[in-house]
Amino acid sequence: MGSAARDDIEFRSVTKAYGAVTAVRNISLNVPKGAFLALLGPSGCGKTTCLRMIGGFEQPTSGEVLIAGSGMNGVPPYRRPVNMVFQHYALFPHFNVEQNVAYGLRQMRPRIPAQEIKRRVGEALEMVRLGGFANRRIHEMSGGQQQRVALARALVNRPSVLLLDEPLAALDKKLRSAMQIELQTLQRELGITFVLVTHDQEEALSMADLVCVMSGGAIKQLGAPQDVYDRPADLFVADFVGKTNHIQATLEADGRTLRLPDGSALDVGAERNIGAGETTLAIRPEAIRLTPGGEPRGEGFAGTVTHRIFLGSSVEYSVSVPALGDFLVTADRSTDEGQLVEPGQSVRLGFDPAAAHLFPASHAAQPEGNTHGQQT
Amino acid sequence: MVTAMLLGPAAAWLVVFLVLPFIAIIVFSFGERAPEGGYQPAFTLAQFANLGARAAAFANTLTLAPIGALACLLVAYPVAYYLAVKADPRHRMLLVSLVVVPFWTSMLVRTYAWMYLLGGRGIPHLLDLVGFSDVRLLNTPGAVLLGIVYGYLPLMILPIYVSLEKLDRRLLEASADLGAHPFSTFFGITVPLSLPGVMTGIALVTILLLGEYLIPQLLGGGKVFFIGNALVDLFLQSRNWPFGSAIAVTLVAVVVMVLLIAMRIAWRVAGTRQVDLM
Repeated sequence: MGSAARDDIEFRSVTKAYGAVTAVRNISLNVPKGAFLALLGPSGCGKTTCLRMIGGFEQPTSGEVLIAGSGMNGVPPYRRPVNMVFQHYALFPHFNVEQNVAYGLRQMRPRIPAQEIKRRVGEALEMVRLGGFANRRIHEMSGGQQQRVALARALVNRPSVLLLDEPLAALDKKLRSAMQIELQTLQRELGITFVLVTHDQEEALSMADLVCVMSGGAIKQLGAPQDVYDRPADLFVADFVGKTNHIQATLEADGRTLRLPDGSALDVGAERNIGAGETTLAIRPEAIRLTPGGEPRGEGFAGTVTHRIFLGSSVEYSVSVPALGDFLVTADRSTDEGQLVEPGQSVRLGFDPAAAHLFPASHAAQPEGNTHGQQT
Repeated sequence: MVTAMLLGPAAAWLVVFLVLPFIAIIVFSFGERAPEGGYQPAFTLAQFANLGARAAAFANTLTLAPIGALACLLVAYPVAYYLAVKADPRHRMLLVSLVVVPFWTSMLVRTYAWMYLLGGRGIPHLLDLVGFSDVRLLNTPGAVLLGIVYGYLPLMILPIYVSLEKLDRRLLEASADLGAHPFSTFFGITVPLSLPGVMTGIALVTILLLGEYLIPQLLGGGKVFFIGNALVDLFLQSRNWPFGSAIAVTLVAVVVMVLLIAMRIAWRVAGTRQVDLM
């Protein structure tokens, strides 16, 4: 992923332990200049610790973090070319908006002339569309406005890297999507490397151009959003990023015939190189076709709809299949001809075996037969 | 109605034990001293006109009380900062209670201890042994100041500790993140945001000092008279109740003014946020 000189951030075998607890385990990572990286994972996966090690609030127990090619071990936060948008913004309550944004510029040595500070603060506030708010007090601002002040306060210093710690978590859904677009636009315009920490896979997939899925202090997968979604490296990633249906099965020696719990065989199309034996098949809800009417001898699996969640542009069905468990199926309304299936109705489920992912059973984190992945 | 009933006992208590005596003091302050001592009805401003006779007590109180409060602040802030920010959270409660424990001993006993320490057989004796003879500590303004700092320190530490303890650590991280040296963070963020606690401490200590009697009596040896000592003298010795009352009324007026000014400053610094002084 590029040479060291062109990477804005580099983790070299970084481990962070708090006493007996290891938060980050031997992570190596390169983030090219100008990338928008999302560190994605459940709480406690080590993503925030990674962010805080870039910011300088934590020091690695071993290994080293490099920013723009220079080693950062022992360098305090106030000497690092990065700025952070804190989770709850951490705006200074005793300053007004302008004073908050000017704070970083006032710390710079040699001193920046007052007029220059005023001009740059004005520009930064314009950039986040808070032009007329310079003299407002922080507690007079709404959550979304405070978020923008925090953004302006960080970006006005022209950092090499902007760190964002769950920046949208406190905003309502509408505002969150608006800010997602705004952040993405800003990042492209400024060309600054962004590192975003989030537990919201939708946020990571929609904003970042590089997603790093973490669990248990380690990187599970690093790649473009569509790679992570379409080609999850393991069952954890498949579960955490998007929703997934599981079928526990046995892969036969030919590498392409699955023996399902109901005794039937399923040809997965091409040989899978994971070795014969206990296997988990993972299939996305939108990859499953749902056909009303339960011909017992038709193609696919016969089941019964148990729940229906109407989402407007799509519909989610819970389908109970004997011997295989519950399936989550997403039907796109533009292709279902406006026909909604009622709970209790018999249906058939089918999918293209090429869309299914097979993982050795040892990768399975959850012992249950079928689990639906993380809710969005 | 229920509110009125619940407030009733407290209101009655205040009226009987605070409002009525205060009215009596105000009435006394416009009266005359009866020939055999005490109070004799009259309406005269003579007592207030005579306040100058106790100018020294006012001067001592109005200089040593604020200086004492400031001295307390200088000692208390680092202690409170250590307790709230630097100390290991597991030991924090123990350390805070160590600050409070001396309060469980009588102020009289603790001040007597200082009287002995500063007296001829205490520190001056030790200094004499190493060649500094005739050092006088007891019965000086310095001794009174020392007693004040010693006696009122916990009252200053606790409110500052509370405001520092509430301080959001992420603000300090944000300040460092924005390039501020720890020194700038301390004076630009920590100190301003702890000012409500500082103002509370100053108001608390100053108000109590304005009525202080014990420390000047024991460590000032009657040479450093406070208003409190003047009041004891006037009410108990010379039985000049009207003059004592006039001094007391003036003192209350001064206390109210101190409070108002302190509140005004705290509000200005902390913006429009709620500031609790007491």
